[in-house]
This record gives sequence, structure tokens and C-alpha cells, in this order.
Amino acid sequence: MMRLPPFTYVAARTLAEATAALAEHGHAAMLVAGGTDLYPNMKRRQFEPRVLVGLRGIRELSGVRGSAREGVTLGAGTTLSTVAAHREIATHYPALATAAGLVSSPQLRAMGTIGGNVCVDTRCNYYNQSFEWRRAIGFCMKKDGDTCLVAPGSTRCWAVSSSDTAPALVSLDARVRLVGPGGERTVPIAALYRDDGIEHLAKTREEIVTDILLPPADEWRSTYLKLRRRGSFDFPVLGVAVAARLEGDVVRGARIVLGAVASLPRSAERAEAALIGRRLTPEVIATVADLAAGPSKPLDNTDFTHPYRKKVTRVFVARALRAIGGLDAGGSAVEEVA
Amino acid sequence: MKTRIALTVNDQPQDLLVPVHKTLLEVLREDLGLTGTKHGCELGECGTCTVLVDGEPILSCLALPVELQGRRITTVEGMADGARLHPLQQAFAELGAAQCGYCTPGVLLTAQALLASEALPARDRIKEALAGNLCRCTGYTKILDAVELAALRMSRGRASRGGASAEASGEMIGTTGTRA
Repeated sequence: MMRLPPFTYVAARTLAEATAALAEHGHAAMLVAGGTDLYPNMKRRQFEPRVLVGLRGIRELSGVRGSAREGVTLGAGTTLSTVAAHREIATHYPALATAAGLVSSPQLRAMGTIGGNVCVDTRCNYYNQSFEWRRAIGFCMKKDGDTCLVAPGSTRCWAVSSSDTAPALVSLDARVRLVGPGGERTVPIAALYRDDGIEHLAKTREEIVTDILLPPADEWRSTYLKLRRRGSFDFPVLGVAVAARLEGDVVRGARIVLGAVASLPRSAERAEAALIGRRLTPEVIATVADLAAGPSKPLDNTDFTHPYRKKVTRVFVARALRAIGGLDAGGSAVEEVA
Repeated sequence: MKTRIALTVNDQPQDLLVPVHKTLLEVLREDLGLTGTKHGCELGECGTCTVLVDGEPILSCLALPVELQGRRITTVEGMADGARLHPLQQAFAELGAAQCGYCTPGVLLTAQALLASEALPARDRIKEALAGNLCRCTGYTKILDAVELAALRMSRGRASRGGASAEASGEMIGTTGTRA
């Protein structure tokens, strides 16, 4: 059996208790909420914390507050199934509800939290393997080794951001509240991510993501499309989140964010700019989709071939834009490729 | 180092002294002898270790008992009423909705939770609810047929009893009464 390595468990009751426990145990400690990302990694010995600080008992971390008019605040401990089924979110922030509903399987969405998915570890074919597998191939720099096995000349790790909700939240211009020993800060969620497969979160070890804040929905429309190997459940091989604000049929604001193409959710800024002031005609959509595929630079370290993953970015962005413009009768938000 | 943990499994209180890093799956099988819950991938990728916590399907291979104190845990052993099978178990047996049977306990419990919230779910809804339970014998058609048959029987059973007393509906979803 693959068993968890031994640890002691601190059931924090308040944020203050949790940050104190993190400060006390330093690098020996890790946070756990739903555990659906951490425990498999611990079983594969990718993490071996001696202390786990459990966030589940902290009441202030769960629940959805506010409204689309004034903005919605999601406690980081809210389960993904709650986020997916939340009426206000599904109606006014559909990219987020769709993304949350496409994470993994029903069982794991009932356990996993939105905060956990926002912070989910980056993934790579050379990393998400058992200890024995990784030892046999010579370990990679993300854990136990010093070279990148997908790009051996590289000085950095290219593990892939594999969150569904992160690109959706970036497209919705969400912010995150972090609480640490020195107080709290609120930053745009895009600022939470770093372009590095190992240090992929721009937060200190002592900081806890406590809330995700959605701005007022105003006139923004949004959608999220996901490519995965199996229709039933899988990590994203590509995620495309698009949010846009239209006046009449003219685009006044646009955000296009790609998931699973880099170590962080990647904004397609030139594509966004090309949408402003335009109507969503087939020609504009084709041009913007081409531009959006530019920053999609997948390497050969997840499922499917990387040339295919780059090529399909264009197709998915075009589909998302058609959905935003109401040009599609509406297809499935998810596609599987055998 | 062992920790004292109080669990409620199939309506029975259990007082345990176990290492805190043992998963619920390991505790159920190794400390409580409830081997109906299967261990498959142990990484949250297959669904065969599904149990119900307060009626909701979760994966026991990624759950810590210390976090489940005070919650109601149901395993496949909690489905039958003595010698009387749960309607889902009966339908699975009649339709041969199991080949090797390894995914069956997780499938049964996930379906039980679905039928507790939706009496007659459409086939697509059943597929969606069972999306996290993999069958590697590729026997999905009979599994879906069996869930539909059980849903129909349970629904008719409720109707024929004329509005279902609390006891009867409890029997149907397997959440009340003492289990053998």
C-alpha cells in the first residue's frame, strides 16, 4: 500500500492558531484543507512534512458571502462542489462555477476546497510519480534531484499550473486575501502566481490564503472551457477562461487566460487588446484566437503531444469567444480526446 | 504516536487508538475489519474506496479519521438491513452489474447518495454522479441499468406505501436502524 509518511496533526481552530503553528514549526510544517492534492503527493513522498496544520476546523474560512452587485467573497475553505452549485456564482460568474464543477470527480470536489485548487501544486510527467519511479529515472529538480528531465539544459522547473479555477479567477479579476504573522494583505490573484514550477506561489510559507474576492459582476460575461483526456475526470491539459464586457455588441473589456500551458495561469494580453472596440465577428474571433495561441508554449511534460496542445489552444479560444458572443448554440464545456 | 479517535461507522460508535497518519481507508480495513471498502489506486484516482460521510460520497484513501470525528460514516457493510439487501445491491446482483466486483462497493455507495437526493435521476445524471468511480472491466452499461432499476423500485416502493413513513424512507436510503 502507499501510505502517508508519519506526521503530527495540529487541528487549528482559528487563523491565529494556524499562523502560530506555521511560525513555530517552520519548514517542517505544511497546511492542509481538503487534502486531495497534498495527501497523494505525500504518499509519493513529494512532501514529507513532520507537522500538518489542519484548516478544516476554522469556521471563518468557509462560506460564500455578498452578491453579484457588491462583489462576492468566498472563504478559501469552501468546497469546490459548493462553489460549482452556488446559484449567484453560476449566474453571474459562470467561468468560476464551470471551472469548479470540472475539477476532478464528485467525491474530490466534495472534499477539495477553492483555496486548495487556487494553490494546487504544479504537475509534470516526471514529478507526479511514485518515489520508486522517480528514483529509477534519476529524480528531477522539483524533488530530490537537480536537473529538469523535460528540458535538461534548463536552470528552472517547467512543471505546469494545473488548476481549473485559477485561470477562471484571473479572468474574473478576482483578488485574494492572505493572512500571515505580520498581518494581512489583499492582492490581485494574478500576483499570487510565479512563473516557476517549484516556487509557483508568490506567498511566504507562513501566509494562508483566507478569501477569494470577486468584484461586482456588472455586465461581465465569462466562460471556461477545459480539455482533458477522459470525459469523466482528469486534470486540465488545457484550460481557457474568457471574460468580456460588451456594450451592445462591441467589446469594451476582455480577459483571456490560459491554464495548463505554463507554470502559472497565462494571460493572452495581445489577444485581449485586439478585442477592445471590436465586434465578435468570425474574422475578429479568428484573429484573436491566433494571437491567444502565441503565449501558449507547452512542453512535452503532460498528457498529449505538445504541438497538439499548442494547436488546440487556438480552437478553444475561438470556441470560448463564440460562446461569449452568443454565436454558439452552446456546446459542452469539456472535451475529451481519446 | 497513536491518537485516540472516536468515529461513528454504520451507526456504531468506535473508540480507536491509531496513528494520526493512518487514512480512513486503512483504519476501516485494518483496525475495524471492514474490508468491504476496497483499496485501489490510493491516490484519489479510482473511486473504489468511496464511503459516505454524513451521506456524501468521499474518498477514504484521502481522508483522515481525526478530521471525521462526530461525522456519520457509512461503508458498504452498512447498506444491507440484516439479510435483506439494499435495493441497489439487489438490482446489481440481478442484472450482473459487477464483473470482478472491485469497484462495486464504491459504486453502490455513490449511487445510494444520488438516489437519496434524486428519486429518479436521468441516465446522464447517474453517469455524472458516478463519474469518479472507475470500472476497469468496462461494465458501465449494466451498472447504469442497475441504478435505474433500483431507483424505479425504490420509488414504487415509496408510492405503494402511500407517502412513506420516516421509517420506510430511512430503510430505503439505508441511514437508520441497526445494521447487522
